Amino acid sequence: MTGRPFEVPQGRLRTPFHVRLAALDTVNAWHTWNGYTVPDALYCAEIEYFAIRNACAVFDLSPMSKYRVSGPDALPYLDRLVTRDVRKIPAGRVGYAVWCDDRGQVIDDGTVFHLREGEYRLCSQERHLAWLLSAAVGFDVTVVDETADVAALAVQGPSSFSILERLGIQGLDTLKPFGLTHNNFGGTELMVSRTGFTGDLGYELWVEPSRALDLWDALFEAGELTGIRPIGTDALDLARIEAGFLQARADFLPSESVLRNGRTRSPLELGLGWLVDFKKPNFNGRRALAEELRNGSTWQLVKLDIDGNKPAKDAYVYDRPGRRKREIGFVTSAAWSPVCKKNIALATVRASARAAHAQPGDKLWVEIYYQHEMHWRRVMAGAEVVDKPFWFPARRAATPPAPY
Amino acid sequence: MTTERPERFDAIVIGAGHNGLVCAALLGKAGKRVLVLEAGSQVGGATVTREFADGFAVSACAHLVYQLQPAVTRALDFKPKYAVEGLDTVALDRAGAHVRYAGGALRGAGDGDNERYRDFHRRMTRYAGVLEHWLNRPPPRLATRDLDDRLGLLGMGLRLRRLGKRDMREFLRLITSNMHDELDEHFASPLLKGALAFDAVLGTGLGPRSPNSVMTYLYRLAGGGEPAVPAGGMGLVAADLAGIASNAGVDIRTDSAVARIVVETGRVAGVETVAGRRFDSRTVISNADPKHTIINLLGARHVETGFTRRIHHIRTQGTAAKLHLALAGLPEIPGLEPRDYAQRLVIAPDAHYVERAFNPVKYDEFSPQPVIEMIFPSLRDTSLAPDGKHVMSAIVQYVPYALAGGWSETAHQALMDAVIRTIRPYAPDLESRIVACELMTPADIEREFMITGGHWHHGELSLAQFLFVRPVAGAAQYRMPIDGLYLCGAGTHPGGGVSGAAGRNAANVILERDKT
Repeated sequence: MTGRPFEVPQGRLRTPFHVRLAALDTVNAWHTWNGYTVPDALYCAEIEYFAIRNACAVFDLSPMSKYRVSGPDALPYLDRLVTRDVRKIPAGRVGYAVWCDDRGQVIDDGTVFHLREGEYRLCSQERHLAWLLSAAVGFDVTVVDETADVAALAVQGPSSFSILERLGIQGLDTLKPFGLTHNNFGGTELMVSRTGFTGDLGYELWVEPSRALDLWDALFEAGELTGIRPIGTDALDLARIEAGFLQARADFLPSESVLRNGRTRSPLELGLGWLVDFKKPNFNGRRALAEELRNGSTWQLVKLDIDGNKPAKDAYVYDRPGRRKREIGFVTSAAWSPVCKKNIALATVRASARAAHAQPGDKLWVEIYYQHEMHWRRVMAGAEVVDKPFWFPARRAATPPAPY
Repeated sequence: MTTERPERFDAIVIGAGHNGLVCAALLGKAGKRVLVLEAGSQVGGATVTREFADGFAVSACAHLVYQLQPAVTRALDFKPKYAVEGLDTVALDRAGAHVRYAGGALRGAGDGDNERYRDFHRRMTRYAGVLEHWLNRPPPRLATRDLDDRLGLLGMGLRLRRLGKRDMREFLRLITSNMHDELDEHFASPLLKGALAFDAVLGTGLGPRSPNSVMTYLYRLAGGGEPAVPAGGMGLVAADLAGIASNAGVDIRTDSAVARIVVETGRVAGVETVAGRRFDSRTVISNADPKHTIINLLGARHVETGFTRRIHHIRTQGTAAKLHLALAGLPEIPGLEPRDYAQRLVIAPDAHYVERAFNPVKYDEFSPQPVIEMIFPSLRDTSLAPDGKHVMSAIVQYVPYALAGGWSETAHQALMDAVIRTIRPYAPDLESRIVACELMTPADIEREFMITGGHWHHGELSLAQFLFVRPVAGAAQYRMPIDGLYLCGAGTHPGGGVSGAAGRNAANVILERDKT
């Protein structure tokens, strides 16, 4: 052998839709997600964002980790893996779920697709095959990483329903949020789920990679007159903050990647207590979470509606302004929300402070730094703790959705 | 469905191995209503005597007692009956210039070695004393605020500190180091070094050059260290323990294999036998190895993934095979005195030989020239063989659990041939006296004794699986992370060998729990 000891065929992987994205790209801003090249933006994040809220945005989510879980023990396997009761996700439905290590600390959140009776797909932002295989010890279950075997597109926004109808997808008028249907796309199975990461009306399309470009072309042809646009992750990130969705590595760290004690989060601390079903006799993290429930949590995730218009990126959170202020937490995600016309943020605050400060309606303070031509300015902005997602339009849940 | 109510007990012990019996007996003595369920038709598990050929019986797995803990015999008021005690180890020499040692006394290895061995043995016994203290109590949990844990740690540290500064350092150096270097530093006689190297790695997946092979040597010395042959074979040790347990009111049932541990509302509620009988108890103690207990009997779904991951990764591949020969008469071994035949005979001509024997097992092959420990227990115990005839019981190392290509009939025969070929130069007429034979590979041991991997320690005895992390980190105190389940077998602290320490420690943990 000459030269390098082994050949790397490709550094960054390209998704099945990459050639289309690259052809439409004008800004050349890319990053990696699970080893794949993905765009920050393709032309302008703001315009892409408005496609989500006002028309139809298409996001390539092929790098999403996808694991097929099947076999006689698929249900008990998943039921032990995640904190919620998986029996309550019937075939043809999707469930949002979170999974923990033995200490009750969140490894990741994701979605459980019950594709067909006893056959599941688990999707998450991060890679988890090692953990999923460890979890399979003692179960009659097969766990296969099918990330590269499934091409996926998120089709999100008010006109997404009409575009997909035009594409010839059947049964959308009765498909409720978190439902899925199997369709025929020119002889290939096309799975459509009413899911997404935007908090808006929207769908996700799942197809084998060999048909990815055909699907893209047909989709864009169907959407040409109703504002269909491809988007990058910057626009999506803004939309998910408005929806109040958590992002791994922003609002929490996958516990398996954390080195320091106390830097992980439990689902209770992330406000996901509603996903933890203590009626199940066992699941990963149950003993630790039951103890946390008794003894109290250390942290609490809150949604903040902040005064002013300066995004509170990485800001400290205080219980009061002025000299006697006490730092009680920090902002993990922040943005000016164009659709809500609000300065919004997700923040982590000490749970011990919660009783006094972080009930919905309570007032907190965030310290925002920003620059004006080299000079730093600081504002101590008031912030209200809010309960509901910042953005929850009626069309998100309407069945059938209104035509566009 | 049976309509009768299942019988209810304070505690159920799965498996009547010696640790299970010790644990049951101690709980029984404390007034608990205890049931022991044994899969086999006799008690003992791996401490068992059974016939392997018509009229010939032998200790079918463990065949020598080294370290039955005084703490255990005291607690049970148990006086084991030995056919021979304080056996000499005879390191066999092809030319008949054998080396013999027992206790600190060495003969036949040259003056320098004889004296150095006395000193070496004294020192090692002193260090083993520290270990003995550690072995006979549950390891404290680390990084807790619990007072008992802290006192336990302090006690361990004090015991260590009491060695004095120099010896403490030496002890801490030794437990991670390898036997080969240690022997090279002290001794000249290849035969002596070979035999001691074998002592250190007997029953482990280590070679003399593997790290922590001094620790396994100390483990053998802890709580005795002098080999003894029980009268009537190992089975009688188990039978005596069963007798003590029965006298304490323990209900022992053989031919009652447990199919599963019953879990109700997230806690242990009892067991169900293969025959479908259900027994209720809120305390179930498993003498089976940790992997079999957690993955097969309990079911991974009742515990969490991090825990099952650790259990799954316990190294359990055995390396020791067991050979039983029925003999028409004793073989002629040149240079052996008549009394020597009742001793422990070892084929390990030098430490390099032992290391070379170890090499193949890393690649799932058996040693073409294995190290062998042989005894003729029938010499002092006539119950084991017909008049004038004899049995030989031997440990053959190293033999892989999962032989490359699988354990076929041919592979068995090839191993048998290798063993005979290895013994032949020392006992040329052995072959002509063989009436019947039985050779058990680790795979066979797994099958007969239900020990995962056929490892007689129920899991490799190495520092990575010792003390605070045996069987796994976070569960080293016999109590498993599901309410009501305990382990008491060799897979737990401190490990295997006919010691009873694990059984006693587990019983103490349960009794302590009930006090509070």
